[in-house]
Amino acid sequence: MLGARLTGRIPVAQDVNSSPGAPEVRSQFAPRRRRALIERGIHVVLFICAAASILTTAGIIFTLLGETLAFFREVPIIDFLTGTRWTPLFVSQSFGVLPLVNGTLVVALVAIVVAVPIGLMSAIFLSEYAPARVRAAVKPVLEVLAGIPTVVYGYFALLFVTPILRDIFPQTQVFNVLSAGIVMGFMILPMMASISEDALRVVPRALREGAFALGATKFQVTVRVVVPAALSGILAAIILSVSRAIGETMIVSIAAGLQPKVGFDLLSSMETMTAYIVQVSLGDTPQDTIEYRTLFAVGTLLFLMTFVMNILSDWIVRRYREVYE
Amino acid sequence: MTQDAATRWRPRIRRRNAIGRGFALLTIVSTLLGIAVLIALLIDVFGDGGAQVDGHFLTNYPSRFPEDAGLRSALLGTLWMLVLTAIIAFPLGVGAAVYLEEYAPNNWLTRFIQLNIANLAGVPSVVYGLLGLGLFVRWFALGRSLIAGAMTMALLILPLIIVASREAIRAVPDSQREASYALGATRWQTVFRTVLPAAGGGILTGTILALARAIGETAPLITIGALTFIAFDPTGPMDLFTVLPIQIFNWVSLPQREFHDLAAGGIVILLIVLLLANSIALFVRFRLQRRFD
Amino acid sequence: MEANPTGTRKPDVAASPSANDAAQANGPAKPDVLVTEDLKFWYGKMRALSGISLKIPQHEVMAIIGPSGCGKSTYLRCLNRMNDLIASARVEGRVIFDGEDIYARNVDPVQMRRRIGMVFQKPNPFPKSIYDNVAYGPKVNGYRGSMDDLVEHSLRQAALWDEVKDDLKKSGLELSGGQQQRLCIARALAVEPDVILMDEPCSALDPIATTRIEDLIRELRENYTIVIVTHNMQQAARVSDRTAFFMVDEQSSGTLVEVDETQRLFTAPSDQRTEDYITGRFG
Ligand SMILES: Nc1ncnc2c1ncn2[C@@H]1O[C@H](COP(=O)(O)OP(=O)(O)OP(=O)(O)O)[C@@H](O)[C@H]1O
Ligand SMILES: [Mg+2]
Repeated sequence: MLGARLTGRIPVAQDVNSSPGAPEVRSQFAPRRRRALIERGIHVVLFICAAASILTTAGIIFTLLGETLAFFREVPIIDFLTGTRWTPLFVSQSFGVLPLVNGTLVVALVAIVVAVPIGLMSAIFLSEYAPARVRAAVKPVLEVLAGIPTVVYGYFALLFVTPILRDIFPQTQVFNVLSAGIVMGFMILPMMASISEDALRVVPRALREGAFALGATKFQVTVRVVVPAALSGILAAIILSVSRAIGETMIVSIAAGLQPKVGFDLLSSMETMTAYIVQVSLGDTPQDTIEYRTLFAVGTLLFLMTFVMNILSDWIVRRYREVYE
Repeated sequence: MTQDAATRWRPRIRRRNAIGRGFALLTIVSTLLGIAVLIALLIDVFGDGGAQVDGHFLTNYPSRFPEDAGLRSALLGTLWMLVLTAIIAFPLGVGAAVYLEEYAPNNWLTRFIQLNIANLAGVPSVVYGLLGLGLFVRWFALGRSLIAGAMTMALLILPLIIVASREAIRAVPDSQREASYALGATRWQTVFRTVLPAAGGGILTGTILALARAIGETAPLITIGALTFIAFDPTGPMDLFTVLPIQIFNWVSLPQREFHDLAAGGIVILLIVLLLANSIALFVRFRLQRRFD
Repeated sequence: MEANPTGTRKPDVAASPSANDAAQANGPAKPDVLVTEDLKFWYGKMRALSGISLKIPQHEVMAIIGPSGCGKSTYLRCLNRMNDLIASARVEGRVIFDGEDIYARNVDPVQMRRRIGMVFQKPNPFPKSIYDNVAYGPKVNGYRGSMDDLVEHSLRQAALWDEVKDDLKKSGLELSGGQQQRLCIARALAVEPDVILMDEPCSALDPIATTRIEDLIRELRENYTIVIVTHNMQQAARVSDRTAFFMVDEQSSGTLVEVDETQRLFTAPSDQRTEDYITGRFG
């Protein structure tokens, strides 16, 4: 923002020169009209670019809300939020979203159970144990893991992990929550590890030394001082991971199946909110039908859930930053 | 206080050290686990799909018959999508970054924009798809065209480009700007001739990485209704289209084993494309990024 | 970070009387608790200490003074193997504590550190409650007595008890700087060490807080051996029985110029460089 600072004086000079009633003595340094206009124009254009992000958010909210409100004119919001049958594509339509929420949360839970411990332990390894060279070698590998398209993970879940699960548990269905959740866990793992590692690394060296000086072992220093001191950052990482898991689409669309149901059977098929959106999108659902609007109702719910979690983790991160600065 | 020390302290140092070693081992194993999954994934995909990749696979249209099916329309669609997305997202993203770094006053509106960008980065991609569907496909009546898809994708990767560009711009030292102003340049001249060239490497790297992300995205394009069976070459922004990940999704969704192998072949191509994009980004980072330290 | 002990082992060294002539001049000699023999130290290629031999008698306060960068902190951190945590560090020579070379192969630094506590330049309480800060050391070291009593005793010893006794649940970070430093001293005392190393413990504190810590150091001297690094010569004069003066040599690695009873070092130094330093002619 130096630009703003350096040129901040210029408008003041202009104001003095052009103030009404002042004698019109033209300075040899007076701003040139054309150039000033161009500068002004560019300023406006750049502002519009930045404002595009606000328009995007507004666009998301209005598209979602418009169709969602139309949806709730036909389906009472209570029925939507508390109903346990989701059959909008059948003749006997029911619009209880709980089965989709159930599927979403169960897959996310599996993913978290995989990603949080492994990610946290990796973060501890990278931040506390790994020599600089090992760390420099491992981090890019984790970044590759994070850069693999989700459709590839979907393939991996359906055609690599599921067959293994079916060998171990013969009753496993072809489409099942466990496989999708495990693979999703590994997809989220790099993010979990990287945010947690950042949180661990900002814990001041002085705290570690203080603990070592009391005769603590490295394990005790790490687990009883460093990790607790980084806890809010780790918490933020967990919340973000949950948010990612809830919003993830392709893995569940490919590997978790399309059966909206309430339950906890990890070896069976369940439909998530995101998988439902894909399912409807694949068909050619005409506009202005209730089926079309379910897309946006489910999308709104999804948006709200992830939004709340993102805000929460952001707030936590902001708070813990203050502690050490 | 020290005479009965022996009875009041039980350091159990052996045990503590053993626990410590066990824990250290556990952290190593966890880290290796992530790497092992990556390796397993690559072996699986290349094992299944490596044999699929040949000339016909790249030049044939998709087909009901697995032995004839190819990626031609998907590759062309991805290329179109890439170019259109870049054309929309790059100026918008860089413009926003320049505004926020060089122009924006420190007021509530600026803070709101920044907060907003941060939040957009966390919105699930499928929600962007719904935005594209409601806004571009239906409201703007662009249909399920390349341009509707590209606009959706552009909004999706905009936060990434803005964040990377801001970082690159911030890395340009103030002395560069001061030198330019001291020569009588206006603010825009300073930005355009001094700041942007200096930050160019970082901006380009960030943009390429963001585009790489767009290449792999599937959900938003499915949501706006990108078709999966396209047996013709797209010739303009208003054409229907398919892209690599959608073609892969389509094949993996079919029950026959042969199509699964085609999907693996498609993944091999997709990963190669991404590797290429990342290599270019890496190259740009090393060759173009100016260092000021 | 393997130590290379030089010379043969002298197990009786801890009990041997101080060799410093000055000490023998008045009163019965106290045994030396910590002895360094020809201690050399490197950060990577840079030699930070060149052969320091120093004896630290029991229940005395040893001050270490010297110009900035002469290796005072480095030396202090060698005494409880804190430098093990620095990847590039290398040590030669011996540090004998309680009859054993702490750099010997079979010594576990963790166990040794409980006996040689440390207080740092900047107060570094853990982001935990006051109680948990003090209880941390005893917990990790397997203390089996009454924790409440130990916490209270340590806080009393550190002259902090009366200020915090109603608020032990409060975070240690919410205390003032001086209180934080006393909390860190209480934390160090709670593991019942024999020696306390202090690296400029008052440099981040205001004069009043400094006075309190100095009073405290004089009291603790009854039961503990204290090594304190300070930049402040008045402080060294006020709190210490004995003072060691460090300087950098021609290769800019730290050496011990002179060690003597504090009063004598400040009034009649035997080395010209010491005199120059304490009279403010350089450094
Ligand atoms: N971690 C480190 N890595 C490399 N060199 C170091 C490190 N710590 C200190 N040094 C160097 O070792 C030398 C001695 O440093 P030391 O901190 O022991 O000095 P000091 O006497 O305590 O100085 P001060 O009075 O300023 O605290 C200095 O030249 C310093 O730059
Ligand atoms: Mg120091």
